[in-house]
Parts: sequence; structure tokens; C-alpha cells
Amino acid sequence: MITRWVYRTVDARLGTTSVARTALAKVFPDQWTFMFGEIALYSFLALVLTGVYLTLFFDPTSAQTVYDGAYQPLSGSTVSGAYASAVALSYDVRAGLLIRQAHHWAALLFVGAIVLHLLRIFVTGAFRKPREINWVIGVTMLTLALLNGFTGYSMPDDLLSGTGLRIIYSVVLSVPVVGAWLAQLAFGGEFPSDATLPRLFVTHVLIVPAVFAALISAHLAIIIRQKHTQFPGPGRRERNVVGSRLWPAYTVRTLSLAAGVFAVVFALGGLVQINPVWIYGPFSPAKATSPAQPDWYVAWGDGALRLFPAVEFHVFGHLVPSPFLPAVGVGTVTFLVLYAWPWLDRWRTGDRASRHLLQPPRQRPGRIAVAAWAVTFFAVLLVAAVDDIIARLFAIPVTGILRTLQVLVLTLPFVVAAVAYTVARALRGGTARSVGELTAEELRGGLTASPGPVELGDDDPVALDQLITLWRNPDDTWRWRWTGPDDEKLASNEAYLSRDEAVAAASVAFVGVPIDQTEPPPDVVLPPPTGHGRAARVAAGAAWVAMAIVAWRRSRKDRP
Amino acid sequence: MSGQHRPQGGTVHAIRLAFGISVLGAVEFAVAYGLGGNTQLLGVGLAVAFGGLCVGLWLWGRRLLPMGGFVEQRPPLAATQQDVTLLAHAIGGPESPVRRRGLLGMFALAVGTVGLALLFPARSLLSFRKPDPDVALDHTAWRFGGLRLVTPEGVPVRAADVGAETIQIVVPEGHTRDGDVPAFVVRVDPANLITPPPGGMVGGGLVAYSLLCTHAGCPVALYQQTTGRMLCPCHQSTFDLFNAATPVAGPAARPLPGLPIVVDADGYLRASGDFTSPPGPGYWSRP
Repeated sequence: MITRWVYRTVDARLGTTSVARTALAKVFPDQWTFMFGEIALYSFLALVLTGVYLTLFFDPTSAQTVYDGAYQPLSGSTVSGAYASAVALSYDVRAGLLIRQAHHWAALLFVGAIVLHLLRIFVTGAFRKPREINWVIGVTMLTLALLNGFTGYSMPDDLLSGTGLRIIYSVVLSVPVVGAWLAQLAFGGEFPSDATLPRLFVTHVLIVPAVFAALISAHLAIIIRQKHTQFPGPGRRERNVVGSRLWPAYTVRTLSLAAGVFAVVFALGGLVQINPVWIYGPFSPAKATSPAQPDWYVAWGDGALRLFPAVEFHVFGHLVPSPFLPAVGVGTVTFLVLYAWPWLDRWRTGDRASRHLLQPPRQRPGRIAVAAWAVTFFAVLLVAAVDDIIARLFAIPVTGILRTLQVLVLTLPFVVAAVAYTVARALRGGTARSVGELTAEELRGGLTASPGPVELGDDDPVALDQLITLWRNPDDTWRWRWTGPDDEKLASNEAYLSRDEAVAAASVAFVGVPIDQTEPPPDVVLPPPTGHGRAARVAAGAAWVAMAIVAWRRSRKDRP
Repeated sequence: MSGQHRPQGGTVHAIRLAFGISVLGAVEFAVAYGLGGNTQLLGVGLAVAFGGLCVGLWLWGRRLLPMGGFVEQRPPLAATQQDVTLLAHAIGGPESPVRRRGLLGMFALAVGTVGLALLFPARSLLSFRKPDPDVALDHTAWRFGGLRLVTPEGVPVRAADVGAETIQIVVPEGHTRDGDVPAFVVRVDPANLITPPPGGMVGGGLVAYSLLCTHAGCPVALYQQTTGRMLCPCHQSTFDLFNAATPVAGPAARPLPGLPIVVDADGYLRASGDFTSPPGPGYWSRP
């Protein structure tokens, strides 16, 4: 009764019912690879929550202060405020180390999920029209994630982060013409400057997260507007989405995923040490850590810096320093290609139509080859970033490893790309459903001529063996159900208030399929005759009750 | 959709158990916090709390709720020509501002000028008080000639203190925290020298160079006496001290700049001037 009253109160003021009804009925495809984006979203949530906590204790200043806390080896030492507060967060703030480490692990997970999400979008062609805008937003969020990851672990002013900052400073400095000015803009002066930490801090906790919030909102709003892509399958058309409804099935599953992300983040944060700044020691301009490795998502840049030969040249008497080509060059080219990819792909295929059905990766062997090339290239660069550790572990000279990796980075990507291309063509040409089922003959077929690309599962012009049944419920609402050639059944996600609405929806979702009006089928669970959107009322009501309780308790607390 | 008819007792028990474990995890977290906040116990508590929720909700979603089976229509995004025309009429009606080309031009000029003017304060991020960055990079505090070489902790270094096994890291007295000043002195056997050191040599084999790698600016801190080589721990650039610190391996392309040093009357090392060239990473206007 209470919830109903609360809901009525809200609805009379905001008119939420039809929006809520539509929202709760939104269909999400059941595809596990669609989870990567959600993992990134929930990692972001974990980052914001843990990050806000950290800002309450962290002091982003290079002003010298005396650390006087529980970490004995440092107690009484004069260090920067940033370093002292980072150590205090780890030793003196109760639960501080858990939150600090959970924040760092969440960042690693965040970027990892974004990269997997990007790869999924890439190999299935989900970036094609009309989703180019969301692709561009996504790539932008990847660059921001890299930027914020780097600014984040650079702030504690420990020796490792100082070394990383020095390298990035050198990379920025290497940009032709404006390098010195850019470096001063980013670092506030010649490295190390007292202005650096405040700039990193504001960038990390305010500017980038604000842009992130805006871009994530846009990303999700566009997904809701365009609706999800889906793989071809029974009943799946360009004009529909097949899957589970937001409420209840998808809500419960995605909340499970959110809880899972938080569980992993806190398990790692509590049990697996990361970035122990008290071991690295405070930054000093004359010292460096050895070995020094950045976080994994920027390590490819460090690997490129190690592998690239000593090339410096002059342009009109001006110097282009050695970090420019491997760090600025490789990074710029990578992101330019990523940004341009939807248009490069369209230029290659000549496909200008809107595509909501995904391409199974095998269908575009060329695209798989590009993805395999890129993944291998960056994997070799990642390995190169730990060449000194490999050298130490296996007691082999680092120059030999370097030479090997220099050869590998130029050859291995092409080998892997060729293999991926062949396997994709074999899969496309044969009957195997997965790589394991491929026969030798099919693989040979992948090497030789292969039939041109076949567009699968587009709207089927032959609608003879399909049927849409339409019926009226006892509560005067209308529903419909599609039955496919193999007796597959798909129910309309919503109940409609009129017959016309139901017919219109069915004929959009399944163009040209005959519609047959019947009695309610016996195997359909009918809604209770009391009305629609009950779930919406319950959910909204519960939320309002919770908020009311919080507000009431607040007001009690504020009372003198 | 047929999920409702399956036997569910076991699943319901399992979900209840998972949520119960979640409660235990949360309680353990709170207790661990109260008892001093052991990081491992806190982490396990929250992991179990969220893990229980994850498993319980997962079972609920997979076993008690229908999976798939629904279809939603996706109308084309692009509007009909008629719709677009209506929008165009709505925007470009008779009194519409877009019809007043002259006013619009002036408006654009005003907005653009205001926008440009508002960009001016951004210049403050590049301080007016400091020298231009490309100029500042050309020299270091060593240029105030005669500064004593001190350790990073501030202890002056005597020529007699410098050995041959390890390098002595030095900075100019009074400028110990500058980023571009770190240098090192080491004693080498003059007989090994192929090329004379750019900063000269004092006291029968003392040489001084910038400590910063000419590739990405890391301190080149690893010295091997037998080969006279300095190795950078960041990207493995190697410099040959017997040959004027020229790079012999790795991504660095320029030798380490030398530091001209003298021994004063009290036996302390002093710099007679700045590095022989700007230290550290390269930049566009580097002379």
C-alpha cells in the first residue's frame, strides 16, 4: 500500500510510468562477450568510490614535510607531502591501504576491460554505421583511461613514479616545435617542478573524471537510442533485438557482474600488493629504481622506447630527439588508425548501409588479421618493457634479448596475422563451428581461394514458414509472439495498450511476416488483470522509501 | 519462460546460502576494521561480501529467471523526408534567427571574440616569471661557475674521496633538488682513455659527466669499472667513459655532456662552468 501511494505521488509529478515500462522491457542480447563494457563500467564505479576516499587523505604537494607515522623506516624523515600522505594512507589510515590498492587494481582492470571491449567491437564489426560516433567516444575514453592511469600512479612522488614522470617529460619534450612549451604546460616547469603534482592531481581527480562522466553518459545514451547489436541467429533481424529483458532477468545478472567486479577488486586490493611506494622510497632527481616498469597499459610505450634504435635527426637545424618516433610516433599512429577505423573499413568494403547484425569474426578474415597483427605487435612491446627482468631471471645478456625482440616485433605480428587470416578463411569456407573442429582439408582451403564474404542472417525475404500470433490479454493489453521455421518462439518484450501498436511493433521487428490473431496461447504466463508496470511501481517505490528514510534520518541527525 | 515450472528448492537454498555468506563477509569486514584494520582481513571480508552477492544473484538470474526469449523492434533511426522537412520549417520559419544573415554574422563574431579573449588566462599556465621553456632547458645551475660538487645529501666531495670502483653522484652546492643538475665523478685510468673527456680531467683521472641519460633523462646509475661503461636502468642505453661517454648500445643517440671540474685549495671539487652541452633528453631547439 505504502509503495503504491509513494509511486502515485511520484508519477503524478514526473509522469514516469510509460518511460519506466519501456525501460524495464528493454531487451539485452544474451552474449557473454557483451560483458566487457559492463566490467569497464563497474570498474569505473569502483574507481570513483575508492578514489573519492583517497582524495580525503592524499596531499598533492611537493612541499617538504616530516613523516611521523607508523612506518618506522621513514619515520622522522623529511619527504614531500605527497609521498608522506601516500605512505600514511598505506600505514596510518585504517583501511587506507585496502582502498589504495583496490583503486590501483581497479584501474588495471578498467583498462583491461576497455581493451577487450574494443577488440570485441573491432572483430565483430560493431563499429559500422550507425555506431561510428560511439566508436570514437570509446577510443577517446581509452586514451583518457591511459592518461588517468598514468597521472594516478605518478602522483605519490615515489622513486618509481618519479622515474616514469621523467620519461614522459622527455617524451613530451621530444615533440617537434612545441615540445618544450607542452612540457611546461603539463609539468608547470622544468622537471621536477613544484607545479607538477597539483596539475597531475586536478587532471586526475577532476578534469578527466568529469569528461569521463560525460562521455560514459553519451556512450550509454547512444546505445539506448540505437539499441544493441546482435549476432545473427533464429529470429534475429536488422530491425529487432533478441534477448532478455532489463527487468528482471538482465538486472539480476548485471548486478551479479557488478558485485563480481567489486569482489575481484577488493580481493586483489586486500591480498595482492601493488605499488608499494614505501619500498621504492621518495623521489630524488639523482636516483632511479632498477628495474623500472610502468603499469601494463603504458608499458608498450616503454617497450617501444627500449626497442627503437638510437635515431635522432635534424629538421632545418632543429633536433628531433630519439623518443619521438617510438613513443609519440607509435602512439599517435595507433590512435589515429583506431579513430579512423570505421571509415577505413567502409572504404575497404564499400558498405554504406546501417548494420545492426554483427559479423562473426571469421566472416572478415582481413579484419581478424589486422587485430591479430596489432595484438601481437603490442604484446611484443609489452615483453620488451620487461627485458631487463627477463635478462636477470634467465641470466642472459640484455643486448641479445633486445636484438631478438627487435626482430620479433617486425616479423611475429605478420606471422600471427597470416595464421589468423588462414584460420578465419578456413572457418568461413568450411563447416567447423570452432577452431578445434577444423580439418586439415579446410585449413588447406583457407590457404587457397575462398568464396567471397557472405552477409549472413540479413532480413529473410522468404517469410513463409514464420508466423506472428497476436492476442488480447484479459487485462485488455495486446501482445504478440514470433514462431520461426524450427518452432523457435520469441515473445514481444512489452504489452501494448492497443492492437495497432502491437501490429506496428511486430511488423517492424519482422518485416513481411504474416500476423495471425488468436486466443492467448496456453503456454504464455498472463499478466495479472490488475494492471501493468507493477514491477516498475515496486522498484520505484522501494527507491523512494529508501531515500525518504535516509532524508528522515539526516534531518534527525541535524537537529540540535 | 519454462523456468517457473522447474523444481527450484536446491537453487533457492544455494542462493540463500550465498547471501548468508555475503552477510558473514560484511560482518568480518566490520570486525576487522574495529580491531585495527588488517588489510588482508579487510580485503577478504569485502571480497566475500561482494562474492556472495555475485554468486547468489548469478544463480538467481540463471536458474530462477527466464533467459532470453524476448524480441524488441528496432525502428529505423533516420526520419522520413517529410519529417526532416517539417524540422527544417520549424527551424527556418519566417521570423527565424537563421534568416538574419547579417545579424548572425555579427553574433558569430562577438561569440568568437569573447571565446578567444577567455582563452588568454590559459597562458598563465606557462608562467610569465620563468624564462621561456626552450631557453631554460639550455643551461643548468652549474653555470654559476665555482660551485662545489656535493653529494645529493649536501656533503662536499674532495678529489681524494672519489674512487675507481663506484661513481660518486654529485649536485651543485645550493641547488641539490634541481632536476637537470645531477652529475657523477669517477676515477678512470688515463691510459684507458681513447678520447679525452669533454669536461677535462683533474687529479690524475677524475672525470665528471651529466648523470642524466640523453635518451629519456633517467639517471644512468650503473657503472662497470672494467669496461668503463655506464648503463641506464630505464632503457639500457650504454655509454663508454673511455671514449668521451659516447653511446655504444641502446636507444640513446648523444654522449653524456661533460662537467668541467677543478680542485680548489682545500681539495674540494668545484665546477668551472656548465655542462659542455645541455644535459638529459633532447628537444627541438637544442643547440
